[in-house]
Amino acid sequence: MSEQPTHKEIPYLRFTRNRIKKAMEEVYGITMFGLRFFRYVFVPPYEFGQVRKHLDELGSKSLPLLTVVGLIMGLILALQSRPTLDRFGAGGFLPAMIALTIVRELGPVITALVVAGRVSSGIGAEVGSMKVTEQIDALEVSAVDPYNYLVVTRVLACAIIMPLLTAYVDFLAIFGGFVSEWLSHNSSFQLYFTEVIQSLRFYDILPGIGKTIAFGYIIGVIGAYQGFNTSRGTEGVGRAATSAVVLASLNIIFLDMVIVQLTFLFLGPGG
Amino acid sequence: MTGPDHILIQVQDVWKAFDDNEVLKGISLRVHDGSSDVILGRSGIGKSVLLKSIVGLLTPERGSITVMDEEVIGMKNRDLNRLRKQIGYVFQYAALYDSLTVRENLEFPLRKHTDADEEEISDRVFEQLKLVGLEDAIDKMPSELSGGMKKRIGLARAIIKRPRIVLYDEPTAGLDPITAREISDLILSLEEQFGITSITVTHDLECARIIANRIYILDDGLFQHQGSYDELKASTDPYTKAFFQVTR
Ligand SMILES: Nc1ncnc2c1ncn2[C@@H]1O[C@H](COP(=O)(O)OP(=O)(O)O)[C@@H](O)[C@H]1O
Ligand SMILES: [Mg+2]
Repeated sequence: MSEQPTHKEIPYLRFTRNRIKKAMEEVYGITMFGLRFFRYVFVPPYEFGQVRKHLDELGSKSLPLLTVVGLIMGLILALQSRPTLDRFGAGGFLPAMIALTIVRELGPVITALVVAGRVSSGIGAEVGSMKVTEQIDALEVSAVDPYNYLVVTRVLACAIIMPLLTAYVDFLAIFGGFVSEWLSHNSSFQLYFTEVIQSLRFYDILPGIGKTIAFGYIIGVIGAYQGFNTSRGTEGVGRAATSAVVLASLNIIFLDMVIVQLTFLFLGPGG
Repeated sequence: MTGPDHILIQVQDVWKAFDDNEVLKGISLRVHDGSSDVILGRSGIGKSVLLKSIVGLLTPERGSITVMDEEVIGMKNRDLNRLRKQIGYVFQYAALYDSLTVRENLEFPLRKHTDADEEEISDRVFEQLKLVGLEDAIDKMPSELSGGMKKRIGLARAIIKRPRIVLYDEPTAGLDPITAREISDLILSLEEQFGITSITVTHDLECARIIANRIYILDDGLFQHQGSYDELKASTDPYTKAFFQVTR
């Protein structure tokens, strides 16, 4: 009687153990894959042409979407915050509040998530289809290091472009906030932006923009890792794209939490 | 060292498994300088695995593979890359870089590894395209090419650096019989023209008949039989016989 359940549990336990082992291997694999970037990036051959090409692609791929997202994010934030601030008699702080929220948190994270959706999946699919059609093998036999040629260039492009895209989104969102204020209260442009500029300090901008370099790195590494490890067959390519987005988004949120804690620790909460 | 007595590629007792799928089980092969050897076998039997092991794309668990007297297994990446400059590899589905034009695909190996100037590169690309009869395709993208054209471009890319050794992975698979025959003839003529030593894996008997000096039959991780086309065709061994009957 007491034997029965033990027997039943064994396959289940083994299943769980295998899953955990697989997950650990995956984490280890991605970490090693990501760390390799630093071994390559400072060593020739440099593929500047490829980096430029990817920068062009990344920019043109994500700019339209980010323009819309940035503007609307600012608009909504102002719309939603106005009544709350008014209730506490703090309506005058609205420009400052919007600027700080956007620059410190929403701008970087929303930009990163949008780019992750657009770009991480793209990299996963692109590299994945190169993998299954043996183009990566072809690079290798023509004595070109596929990691250097395909991964380093993409990760670098992502890390370079993220701060630029974020600055762009930050600006648009703050402008969106103004549009909302202007429509509802006919606020003056000059007043709004004077408030914004006075409220922002170097210590607000630096971590906000700085952490997006790390987000860009994550987007590139995870997309490329999924592509590189695409298993044979075309259905693998779709899977690579999807898991790239999911993993990249999770990692961005998680890393953001860590970075916020660290900046509070070293720079204080500001305010 | 050159000449037909010199062994250019030697595979000795090579074992390769993926998890518990044993693919190569102690396989051995010697390819003489200037020879064109063909490996016949059903699909999924390990033909590509063997070719990829020879260029170091896959690493066998046991055995030895020497190419031009250098051991490939366990070779450092830098040495491997030096060796790979003398080896051309034609992939089963051509593996053209799909973000590059035909011209850029052909330029790629030259730009990476020679200090040829623009004019030399451009001349060389055109000469290659002429060899495979596709001058008109120079500015096309790979997605605009038919299967046979892709194979030709893949062929052109593999030999653009004038390698001593070329490995062909199913050069005629997926083509209609007429195009397949054209590709086989093209391979033969290029090999004679440039003195290429080659290994071709295929399940196309016609291709084997045209290009092979020696044929090996791969099954169950080992070469079960070998000989010239005529010898194997006359063989009484049931597997060989079946192979020659089924495919023809
Ligand atoms: N990278 C790999 N990972 C796992 N299994 C592989 C890999 N490459 C080949 N195999 C397996 O090895 C066997 C032989 O494959 P392959 O050499 O591609 O066959 P073919 O003779 O058709 O070229 C197949 O069972 C295949 O599933
Ligand atoms: Mg194969």
